[in-house]
Amino acid sequence: MTPPNAHSTAELPLQRLDRVVIRFAGDSGDGMQLTGDQFTRTTALVGNDLATLPDFPAEIRAPAGTRPGVSGFQLQFASEEIHTPGDAPDVLVAMNPAALMVNIGAVVAGGIVIVNSDSFKDADLKKAKCATNPLTDGTLAGFRVIEIAMNTRVAEALAESPLSSRDKQQCKNLYTLGLLYWVYSRPLDATLDWVQKKFASKPEVAAANLMALRAGYNAGDIHELFQGRYEVPKANLAPGTYRNVMGNQALAIGLVAGAELANTKPVFCSYPITPASSVLETMATYKHFGVVTIQAEDEIAAICAAIGASFAGKLGMTCTSGPGMALKTEAMGLAVMTELPLVILDIQRAGPSTGMPTKVEQSDLLQSVFGRNGDTPMPVLAISRPSDAFEMAIEACRIAVRYMTPVILLSDNFIANGAEPWKLPDLAQLAPFPVEYKTGGQPNFDVYARNADGSRPWVKPGTPSMMFRLGGLEKAPHGNISYDPQNHQHMTNMRHAKVAKVADSIPTPAVDGDASGDLLVVGWGSSVGILTQAVLNARREGLAVSRLHLRHVWPLPHGLDAIFGRFRQILVPEMNVMQMCRLLRSELPKHDYVPYNKVTGQPFLVSEMEAVITRQLQAQKKG
Amino acid sequence: MVDVIDPKPLTKKDYASDQEVRWCPGCGDYAILNAVQKFFADTGRDRANTVFVSGIGCSSRFPYYMETYGFHTIHGRAAAVATGLKVANPGLEVWMVTGDGDALSIGGNHTAHLLRRNLDLNVLLFNNEIYGLTKGQYSPTSPIGTVKKSTPMGSVDRPFEPVQFALGAQATFVARTIDNDQAHMAKVLEAAAAHKGTSLVEILQNCVIFNKDFYSADVDKQVRADRTIDLVPGRKLVYGKDGQLGLRFRLSAEQGFRVERCAAAEADVWNPAQPSASAAFLLAGMHADPELPLPVGIFRAVAAPCYEDGVNAQVTDAIAKRKPGVLRDLVYAGEIWTVG
Repeated sequence: MTPPNAHSTAELPLQRLDRVVIRFAGDSGDGMQLTGDQFTRTTALVGNDLATLPDFPAEIRAPAGTRPGVSGFQLQFASEEIHTPGDAPDVLVAMNPAALMVNIGAVVAGGIVIVNSDSFKDADLKKAKCATNPLTDGTLAGFRVIEIAMNTRVAEALAESPLSSRDKQQCKNLYTLGLLYWVYSRPLDATLDWVQKKFASKPEVAAANLMALRAGYNAGDIHELFQGRYEVPKANLAPGTYRNVMGNQALAIGLVAGAELANTKPVFCSYPITPASSVLETMATYKHFGVVTIQAEDEIAAICAAIGASFAGKLGMTCTSGPGMALKTEAMGLAVMTELPLVILDIQRAGPSTGMPTKVEQSDLLQSVFGRNGDTPMPVLAISRPSDAFEMAIEACRIAVRYMTPVILLSDNFIANGAEPWKLPDLAQLAPFPVEYKTGGQPNFDVYARNADGSRPWVKPGTPSMMFRLGGLEKAPHGNISYDPQNHQHMTNMRHAKVAKVADSIPTPAVDGDASGDLLVVGWGSSVGILTQAVLNARREGLAVSRLHLRHVWPLPHGLDAIFGRFRQILVPEMNVMQMCRLLRSELPKHDYVPYNKVTGQPFLVSEMEAVITRQLQAQKKG
Repeated sequence: MVDVIDPKPLTKKDYASDQEVRWCPGCGDYAILNAVQKFFADTGRDRANTVFVSGIGCSSRFPYYMETYGFHTIHGRAAAVATGLKVANPGLEVWMVTGDGDALSIGGNHTAHLLRRNLDLNVLLFNNEIYGLTKGQYSPTSPIGTVKKSTPMGSVDRPFEPVQFALGAQATFVARTIDNDQAHMAKVLEAAAAHKGTSLVEILQNCVIFNKDFYSADVDKQVRADRTIDLVPGRKLVYGKDGQLGLRFRLSAEQGFRVERCAAAEADVWNPAQPSASAAFLLAGMHADPELPLPVGIFRAVAAPCYEDGVNAQVTDAIAKRKPGVLRDLVYAGEIWTVG
C-alpha cells in the first residue's frame, strides 16, 4: 500500500541491501516477540528468505527494566538464500537501558542502534545497573545511534485516543514496528489486517495500535532520523508455495499427518514444560482431526497414558523437554519391552537439571540413545530446522508403527521457537503407511511372532478370541513370562536386531560439497543452517570442506563408513560435550574425529564455525 | 463385542488363563482371584472386551491369570496406563489391580488423579499393609510402630487410610471388602462394576508370609459380627451378633461432626449417595478407634461425569462444528505465497 504522508520519502536515497539482521529487545512485557512476529510475517510476504531466533527469559515477567527481564527477537532477511538468523545484528532496537546493555555487545561495528530515549532516566539506569548513562558515556561510540523519545511520540500520536495513558504506552511496540517498516520499505497491510482482527472486539485498542503503527511509519521521514531507506529485494527461493512456520507448529502438523498416513488416530499426552508446551497447546486445537489430548498429572503419567492409548490401538504420543525425558525413562523401557508404537518428542533445552529452560542445547542425545535401565534400544531421530519438523514427525510415526517401537524425536529450543519460510509439500506425494491390526487369530497366538522387519503383530483389546497379556517382565516369544536364560538372550538380541533393521528403511545422508576432501563437517539437529552457511563460505574460499547432516541418529544410516573414509578428518560441532562425537567414535571407529563443542545456551555463529574450519585445516597442514 | 469362540455360557474356568498361579500358598490373592473369576462367570462378562491393568507388586500379577486382555505395567503407573487405554477406547471394560504400596506410595499421585477424573473403571486395591514382593517392608498403610526389616525400631509415619484418601480425591465410588468373605466380595464387586465412574474397592488381604493375619482381630469368623459393620445403602447402621449395636452421626459445637455408638433402634440409615462425603469420611476413620467397628461395604456411590466421555465429546463436538479436519487446511494455512 502507499503509506499516508508518503510525500517526502522519495527524496531520500533508497539503498539496496542483500541481507539485514535486526534484533528487537525490551522488557518481557514490551511485546518484542509480537513485534518480531509481525516483522517476520510482513517480510515473508515481501518474498525475502528469512530465519528468526526468539530469545526470551525464563521468567514470565521478570522485574521491569532489569537485565534478567530482557526479551529479544532476532530476524535475518535477505534477497538470497540464508540458513541462519544471522550472527550479529545490523540493527538493534533497544526499548530500555537493560535491553541495550544486554545486547550491544552483539551488534556489528557501525551498526544502527535505535533507542527509546524516554526510558533512560535515572531510575531506569538504576534498574539496569548502569552507573553512567550509556547514551552519553561512550558505550555507543562507533554505532549509528538513533534516539527517539518513543513514550512522548506515542502519547502525542494517541492524543485523541480514549485509552488511559498506561494503555497508550502499550502501543509503543507498534510504533517501533512502523518505524522499522519505513526504514526497510515494508508494506503495512499485513499488520493492519492483523491488528483489526486481533482487537475486533476492542475498537479503541485497535484504533490506537493502528495510529501508533502509522505514527512510527511516518516518523521515519518526518523526523529525518535516518539518512536513507533500505530495500531488500525478493529472494530467489526455489519455486513453490510457501508459508512461514515455527518449529513446534510444524511438529504438531506433522504428527497429525503422521497419524493420518498410519490410518490411526493420535492420542497426545503431555505435561506442560518449556519449551515443549506449545506442541500440546497446538494439538489441543486439532480435535476436529480426531486428535485426543490429555494434559496428564505429571511427565510419567503422560507417557504411561500414551502407552495405554497405543495398547488400545491408537498412536500414543508424548512431548517434553530434558527433565521430563529423565522422568519418562522407566516407561520407555516398558514400551520397548511390550513392543508398542509410541512417539516421544524431546524439545531439548540447556541442562543438567532445570538448567536454562529457554536456552538451546543438544545435550539429551546420549540420554535418548542409551539412557535407560537394561539394554533398551530405541530409534532416535533429530529435526534440523523448523520446516523439517513436519517431515520428521511423519518419519517418527512411520518407524513407530512399522517396527512396533517407541521412537524419540529430538528437537530443540532454537527449532521450536524459530521460524522460517516452509516450502509446502505436495500432500498427494506423502507415502501412506497404514497400520494392520492382527485379527482372526486364536488365543495363545504368538504375541512376539516377528515379520521380516522383526516387528510383532499389533492386536487391539476388544479383538475377539485373541486375549493376551503384555507386561514389563521378560516374555518368551509366545507371550508368557520367562526367566529362561537363553530366552532372555534371544529376546534381547531380537529387540536390538529390530532397531538395527530400521537403518534398512532410511536413506544415506547426502554429502553437501565434494565427495572427498580434507574435512567433513558432520552435524545433527538445529545447527544445520549455521553449518551449511559456514561450509559454503569455506568452500568459496577454496577449502576442501564438505558437510553431512544426520537426521536419523540411531540407528545410524548405512553408508557413513564409506563416506567418512574419503575425508582426512571429521569435524563434529555440537552444542553439548562431545555426545555425537563419542557415538561416532564407538560406532565407526576407523576415522579421525575432531570435536567442537559449545554450551553457552546460544547457537553457533557462522563466523565462529568458519574460524573453526579454517583453524582445523591449518592444523592439518602443519601436522 | 461378542465372544464368538464359545457360544455356550462361560464358566469360571473360562476366565482363568493357562498360566500357573504363583502366589504363596495360603495368600489372600487366591481368594480374590477366585471371587473375581466367579463374578465374571456369573455375570457373563465379555472376555475379549475386558482389560486388566496392573502395576507392580504381588497383586499386580493378577492380569496374567485372567483369560482377558491384560497389561502388567510398571510400579505405581497402572492408573496412568489405564487412563490412556480407556480414553483411547471407552468401549472397553477396564479393571485395575493394585496394592497398598503400588497405589498409595509410588503411585499415590496417579491414584488421586484417576479418582478426581472419574474414569469409568474398576480399581481393586489389595491392602495387606505390607510390601510382599520385596519381602516384607512396612507400607504406607502399616500402623505406626510396625516393626519390619526396614523399620527394626518401628515405623514412625502415620498410615494412609485408603478410603479416606479416595474420598479426599473426590472418588465417586468407594467400598471395602475382605478376602475371606466371598459372599460379601461378590456383592461389592457387583456394585462396583455397575457404577459408572471410578469404583475403588479396597480389599483387606492376608499376606501369610510377611503380615500374617494382621486383620484377625476384626475379621476372624468368631469376632467379625461384633467387630465389623457392613455399610449397605438404605439399611440402618447396625451390627453385632444379634444386630444389637448401632451407629449414629451427631453434630455439636464442641466436638464437631462425629460418629458414635448407639442402640440399634437409634441407628441412622446409611446413604452413600448423600451430597457430602463427610459421613463416609467419619466411618472410614473408625478403623483407628478400638471401640468402633471396622466398616466394610459401600462408603460412597455418587454420580459424576467421566473424564473419557468429556474428552471424546470434545472431539465429536469439534468434528460436528468444524467438519472433519482436512490435512491440507493445516498445512496450507495462514499467509501463503508462491514463488516462480
